[in-house]
Amino acid sequence: MLTDLTITTAIDGLRRRDFSASELVSAHIGAAEALNPRLNAYITITSESAGAAARSADEALAKGDAPLLTGIPLGIKDLFCTAGIRTTAASRILSDFVPPYESTVTQKLLHAGGVFLGKTNLDEFAMGSGNLTSFFGTVESPWHRTGDATPLVPGGSSGGSAAAVAAHIAMGATGTDTGGSIRQPAAYCGIVGLKPTYGRCSRWGTIGFASSLDQAGPMTRSVEDAAIMLGAMAGFDPRDSTSSEQPVPDFRAAVNRSVKGLRVGIPKEYRSEGLSEEMQAVWEKGIQWLKDAGCEVSDVSLPHTEYGLATYYIIAPAECSSNLARYDGVRFGLRVPGDSLDEMYEKTRHDGFGEEVRRRILMGTYVLSAGYYDAYYLKAQKIRTLICRDFINAFEEVDVLLTPTAPTTAFGINEKPDDPVQMYLNDIFTVPASMAGVPAMSVPAALNAEGLPLGLQLIGRHFDEETLIAAGSVLEKAAGFTARPDIHAGVAA
Amino acid sequence: MTWTIEGSTGAWEIVVGLEVHAQVISKAKLFSGASTLFGGEPNSQVSLVDAGFPGMLPVINHECVAQAVRTGLGLKAQINLMSRFDRKNYFYADLPTGYQISQFVHPIVGEGKIEIELADGTTREIGITRLHLEQDAGKLMHDQDPTRSFVDLNRAGVALMEIVSEPDIRSPEEAGAYLRKLRQILRYLGTCDGNMEEGSMRADVNVSVRKTGEAFRTRCEIKNVNSIRFVTQVIPIEAMRQIEIWESGGEVDQETRLFDPGKGETRSLRSKEDAHDYRYFPDPDLLPLVIERSWVDELAAALPELPDEKRARFQTEYGITAYDAGVLVAEQATADFYEAVAKGRDGRSAAAWMTGDFFAALNRMSRGIEESPVSADALGGMLDMIADGTINGKIAKEVLETMFETGESASDVVERKGLRQVTDTGAIETAADEIIAKHADKVAEYKSGKDKLFGFFVGQVMKATAGKANPAMVNEILKARLDG
Amino acid sequence: MALDPATARRVAKLARIGLNDQELETVRVQMGSILDWIGMLDEVDVENVPPMTGTEHVTLRQREDVVTDGGRAEDILSNAPDRAGAFFTVPKVVE
Repeated sequence: MLTDLTITTAIDGLRRRDFSASELVSAHIGAAEALNPRLNAYITITSESAGAAARSADEALAKGDAPLLTGIPLGIKDLFCTAGIRTTAASRILSDFVPPYESTVTQKLLHAGGVFLGKTNLDEFAMGSGNLTSFFGTVESPWHRTGDATPLVPGGSSGGSAAAVAAHIAMGATGTDTGGSIRQPAAYCGIVGLKPTYGRCSRWGTIGFASSLDQAGPMTRSVEDAAIMLGAMAGFDPRDSTSSEQPVPDFRAAVNRSVKGLRVGIPKEYRSEGLSEEMQAVWEKGIQWLKDAGCEVSDVSLPHTEYGLATYYIIAPAECSSNLARYDGVRFGLRVPGDSLDEMYEKTRHDGFGEEVRRRILMGTYVLSAGYYDAYYLKAQKIRTLICRDFINAFEEVDVLLTPTAPTTAFGINEKPDDPVQMYLNDIFTVPASMAGVPAMSVPAALNAEGLPLGLQLIGRHFDEETLIAAGSVLEKAAGFTARPDIHAGVAA
Repeated sequence: MTWTIEGSTGAWEIVVGLEVHAQVISKAKLFSGASTLFGGEPNSQVSLVDAGFPGMLPVINHECVAQAVRTGLGLKAQINLMSRFDRKNYFYADLPTGYQISQFVHPIVGEGKIEIELADGTTREIGITRLHLEQDAGKLMHDQDPTRSFVDLNRAGVALMEIVSEPDIRSPEEAGAYLRKLRQILRYLGTCDGNMEEGSMRADVNVSVRKTGEAFRTRCEIKNVNSIRFVTQVIPIEAMRQIEIWESGGEVDQETRLFDPGKGETRSLRSKEDAHDYRYFPDPDLLPLVIERSWVDELAAALPELPDEKRARFQTEYGITAYDAGVLVAEQATADFYEAVAKGRDGRSAAAWMTGDFFAALNRMSRGIEESPVSADALGGMLDMIADGTINGKIAKEVLETMFETGESASDVVERKGLRQVTDTGAIETAADEIIAKHADKVAEYKSGKDKLFGFFVGQVMKATAGKANPAMVNEILKARLDG
Repeated sequence: MALDPATARRVAKLARIGLNDQELETVRVQMGSILDWIGMLDEVDVENVPPMTGTEHVTLRQREDVVTDGGRAEDILSNAPDRAGAFFTVPKVVE
């Protein structure tokens, strides 16, 4: 079935004319339309424009000068602005927003020939770890516990992208990661998720949550697919002042790079904090797989790990409180009428934002307000320096770190903890790399006893995604993770 | 002498500091590629960045940074090689992103100074606290619709320099002199056009009062005063209001006020319960701005000569008075005109003609020096004709007037009107002899000691030669005859 | 750290999010518990540690002073919830 293919195999198949781009895209569109009513992975499916793009792709393929991703069907997280296509950030306040511009990352994917199937669901403004806060409804994970129909979360915030890729209704998808929003849903859904170095992919045209942390990356079913997609997404953008001028290497070439002699660090601080026994066991397996491939494994210390999450929950809300001030009912988005300017603002922002987004805006407003700035925001930025130094020190001893991606497997949609802090703990292993701006990748490693995926996280030096890809390929091969969710293309939902 | 206001409890001194918002001269905005031109169609000079669209990001305009550095150098101020942009968060209809990007903690320019000159000829130094770059806001229109205000974002994102003075100003006159001097420096530098009518220069005036020798008392800020005249008007009005409060036993509240020139009063702008809390923090979309010392040095080397230096140079190089030099450097164009006239000529004579008959003629025609019908070359040509004796000073006045009327050169006027000076000894001697013969009585009086009558004889000879006789020769010939 | 109702109300006002009394109370309690948790940071010694600003230590890149944008009022206004000609509108502001 065409939906069984990976990006890597489809690229070859298209060039061998085994199938056309139109066939490939329509297979995915058909499956997406069939499964989406259940999964809710897409907010918008763009069947028509995808069909037209597929026909153009076939023309380019016929001419023989088609760029690498020509005809490859992709899902786009609904946080990337797409010209002429509604872009919502899964928020009521942008539920009718049609950007007159294309984000740099999606523009690059279009240049590379990618075909967009639609806009994938997410936590509202990417704030959440379960895809539970979307104005367009929760996403159901295509995975279920063995013999148990309880609907589970796909993780978040890129839950729609993760669910779509896992269910084979997108060959790959874009995600964004602020504190784990690519890696955690990738782990929950049994796929690969790569958060590149901060500055690697342009933020221009991607709806901002926390500017100093937001970073786009690929979500795919193989490490090589992730390398291919990242190569198309990455690169310097003069429109983003924080975009890096570092040259983009041939990420795909790193897939088969030897890891013999690679020094792998195991951060001892990650051995605590509610880590399940199963996760602990998979982590040990991962260590063995890397040893078997010739890596030298040693313990390292990241002493400020335990403060990462609390620090994150100061910095990210502070930046979001300011970044989301532009949603005021004047130039775009929802407006709820009011008799005065302030009344219009207050009604619009009350009705337009969901509970979690409102709570984070209020937290951010509070920590920046007069008298609290030094105690919270300034202090958090200092601790962030310490966290970053932890990584830099560790990378003097080792080349890459191996950790679990999340402490547990996916939880039930209705098992959501009432206490926001409990919810935030999902991000405990992913947040530190975001704080330091270093690249990190989640690779599916095994299923737990209940039949749910567990992911391992690799963390690398700034701008050294290649080592993640090389080590990730080793894990991928050793794990031999071939399990599929019970709901996927070709299986009735 | 200290300028004071007399209250019922005695004399009060005023303390004033000025925050001037000067629009940077640049083609594009501070953080976007939209144009800064004044007067475009509504929302036609707006980029997606200026309108705060989702995912839009700021990238700083290099020229705006250069203009801020040039201005800092012109204000003899410290240039900070590391500065940073912060977000000032507040909601308002003219602020699309909900925050203004500004340099709150680390401005690009630190302490500097401006020397001002007062009417009595004394000078004072006013300290500059800082200069920083920030974005302008959009414009609201309130009178187009009964229930709505309209928003035009053409101004949103244009670069402003906020130039903050120390509270060193002690009189309305000093405030006016400070603003004029600052405007003069900005115009010389080409960093701001200083046009207060179009709003490219606006002042917030901080006023407090105190008894001599006291520490500062609470100040009030009068926002957006848009002419130098209004600044000098509002200071005593606001000072008087505060004096009345203090003298009646009250407390002045620190607040923002607006000047109503029609009513001649200030009024409170914001109510107290809406206290602002701007939640400044470093803009995470921007990195620290780091500039090189060598680049600052390059800008310094390319800086134009500023009014104070030019004035000093004019005095020494052309031997003119401090007063004339001050008048001539007031505007760059005037100074350039003067230099073109004075180069290779008698600088004093050039200054006298420019500040005298030349300016008078321009004033009568209500023209600026850029539109003068008499070019610097033409005025110089006239001075040359005086110097070589072709015409005398009196005739020159007539020649210049004709030059203004017809646009002719001095030599054309002199030729056409036959105004060439008479230097023929015989002709002057004949005239002198006739006058002496005609006024035998006056000659006798002169000889008996009434020296003052010499002028009478000179005048008569000049009259007889229609003013064209060379005055020095007339003197010589008459002296020989009368004193001989 | 418990948040007092007045502070909660002030923060909501600053953020221009209109909340009814019940919503305000819920969020006040939740914020209090988040602040309690964040309180763990008190034990971190940050003496002489500089705050992190941006993750890559490079200077701000600058653009040339060239007009590259504008003249697209229709694009700018295309998503406006209310407009009057080429203007955005807001409820009348009294200055």
